[in-house]
Amino acid sequence: MASYRLNIMICAGTGCVSNRAFQIREAFDKEIRKNSLEKEVLTVMTGCNGFCAAGPIVIVQPEGIFYQKLTVKDIPFLVEEHFLKGRPVKKFMYTPPKETEPIPKMNDISFFQKQVLIALRNKGIIDPEAIDDYIARDGYAALSKILSKMKPQDVIAEIKKSGLRGRGGGGFPTGLKWELARKAEGEQKYVICNADEGDPGAFMDRSIVEADPHTILEGMTIGAYAIGASKGFVYVRSEYPLAVERMHNAIAQSKEYGLLGDNILESGFNFDVDVIQGAGVFVCGEETSMIASIEGKIGEPKPRPPYPVEKGLWGSPTNINNVETWANVPAIILRGSDWFSKIGTKTSKGTKVFSVAGKIKDAGLVEVPMGLTLGEIIYDVAGGIHSDKKFKAVLIGGPSGGCLPADCLGLPVDYESLTKAGAMMGSGGLVVADEDNCMVEMARYFLNFTKDESCGKCTPCREGNAAMLDILTRITQGEGTMEDLDLLEDLAHAIKDTALCGLGNTAPNPVLTTLRYFRDEYIAHIKDKKCPAHECRQLNTYTIDEERCVSEGHGCDVCRRNCAYDAIMGEKGKAHRINQDKCAKCGVCYEVCKFAAVKVD
Amino acid sequence: MPKLTLKDLQKKREEVKKSVILREGGDYKAKVTVHMGTCGIAAGARKIMDSLLAEVEKFDARDVLVTTSGCAGLCSREPMATVELVGKAPVKYVDLDAEKMKKIFEEHVQGGNIVTEYALAYGSEKTSY
Ligand SMILES: Cc1cc2nc3c(=O)[nH]c(=O)nc-3n(C[C@H](O)[C@H](O)[C@H](O)COP(=O)(O)O)c2cc1C
Repeated sequence: MASYRLNIMICAGTGCVSNRAFQIREAFDKEIRKNSLEKEVLTVMTGCNGFCAAGPIVIVQPEGIFYQKLTVKDIPFLVEEHFLKGRPVKKFMYTPPKETEPIPKMNDISFFQKQVLIALRNKGIIDPEAIDDYIARDGYAALSKILSKMKPQDVIAEIKKSGLRGRGGGGFPTGLKWELARKAEGEQKYVICNADEGDPGAFMDRSIVEADPHTILEGMTIGAYAIGASKGFVYVRSEYPLAVERMHNAIAQSKEYGLLGDNILESGFNFDVDVIQGAGVFVCGEETSMIASIEGKIGEPKPRPPYPVEKGLWGSPTNINNVETWANVPAIILRGSDWFSKIGTKTSKGTKVFSVAGKIKDAGLVEVPMGLTLGEIIYDVAGGIHSDKKFKAVLIGGPSGGCLPADCLGLPVDYESLTKAGAMMGSGGLVVADEDNCMVEMARYFLNFTKDESCGKCTPCREGNAAMLDILTRITQGEGTMEDLDLLEDLAHAIKDTALCGLGNTAPNPVLTTLRYFRDEYIAHIKDKKCPAHECRQLNTYTIDEERCVSEGHGCDVCRRNCAYDAIMGEKGKAHRINQDKCAKCGVCYEVCKFAAVKVD
Repeated sequence: MPKLTLKDLQKKREEVKKSVILREGGDYKAKVTVHMGTCGIAAGARKIMDSLLAEVEKFDARDVLVTTSGCAGLCSREPMATVELVGKAPVKYVDLDAEKMKKIFEEHVQGGNIVTEYALAYGSEKTSY
């Protein structure tokens, strides 16, 4: 095998791919050949680096130089300067906001410093399409270990001891689930990897599948051995084409190596995996719906019990775990439960992967130890609020989660603390809202999502969520009453208590938490008919500061020309004024005025 | 391809390990910089690099970092290379050819003994990046 002196790790996560990562690779390869460096420099496509806001990202190893926001035309210069002449190029490096000197090395960038990688341990280091890269990073060593040295019961005991809990939302102890599945009666047993990931704004599971599909397969094989299953399914939504492709590719490679199939590593153990593509239905992330979907039935939930571990796929004991849960398994087996359980808090062990999105500077994917506070994740890791506006809330746990206010920034991320605050860990989506976001609108947005995604099987979820949505819509239009707030709370509790599955049980959470933490915003909409964040435009009044219009903007006339409703009077050089009777409150004048002469109230 | 056994898998892992070692940012015992300015390349720096990489391969020296740098300002003595053992001052070698590079690698990088006959000066330049 050739010895390269440089490895160029090009991020090929979905974000960077849409920023032309593949074209950048082509350009690199072309320039590398042009400079006769092809024997010295190797380009590698990797999974998601995580720092999506800086994409497309390239890391030059072994130095660990971090290049960001590259374009195809930057490549010739970069190759000649850095790869040939050894001079890392400052202008392509990352410079933290408010600083002038760039940070050359990835590990010195604050985004990466507080992260601890277990599930994402191979991100950016391996080519997800090369099984040998995974093997080189001790891949399938955990599988070798259990097949040669551990009984299924030992594996379960080790996972139990590690304290690993489900990363799909509920936080159920993984070892215990495996034990129940092992003890359940049945000839045929199944394992499933839940890669449905329906939460808006969440992309951690997709990134893990894209970055390191083999760790999921290895984890599933270990789980199957522990519970006595011979067949597994990876359920991925078809909106994740790259994840589907990489998983198919990984399965084919594993079969070729005899790491899946009959008589794995000559141990006598048989296990096979298929990929099932979901149609992108949120409720199919719920385990009983997922089972129905795999069986070819309509993806609707069933009452539990019986739980899938007793009676799951085709009536057989079935163990379902989330992508990230599976990805932790090989690391725990290989490094031991003691190592794992030292990371995290008393009740929440290990790390959690979050996708941080919304009004945040360094949006992306992070893996942090449990127990880090929300504030540390938002400010220290993800760089704080976009455009330095004021933080208002963070929605954790997606449409099933809760909106937590600034007071909660000191809250450690562990299962219990978040539940106590009215939110939940969820699968790891973090959406950050700033002062420009209206909390009533936020609740309405997520409820609209769950209403649309409700399968309609049970009345509380189908009718109850629709009724709540009507009320919220009314409030955002300034037509709510104070009684509505009590009604919302009553409905929310009734739905939580009576809905058939987790979708309905948790759908009211964004409403309940915003009522709890941002009640004054609801009241402002109802009593003052005003939206404090000015996001509910129907409640806004737009006026022009005529003095400013002339003194600053010299009556530039841009607002009048852009008004689709002919609601602005005035002419170039003179003060402008809005005719409130005609104004449709679209807000265009406010956005186009460069002189801050248009006021919103 | 035949199915792997436990032993095959272990063997395979050892074979492929070095393909990712470079990416893991581990500890290095030495850094060798080949000066690749226009002058260096014209004087044959490419051959020095080839010879160096062949040595790394031969000794499976995963803990040696090979880098390049631009012109060192001493164009008349190219090709040049700098060897920097961890914790020691860098040593600059001049007027190199492939054979000299090989000797430097084996004696200095691997053995820890400076090849004084080819050395220009000690500690004259930090090759930090
Ligand atoms: C509406 C709804 C959607 C869900 N979506 C997902 C999902 O996208 N991914 C996931 O892993 N779990 C999801 N779950 C949780 C699963 O039902 C199940 O608890 C989980 O996959 C178990 O794996 P774990 O123990 O490893 O967390 C969802 C649950 C509900 C009620």
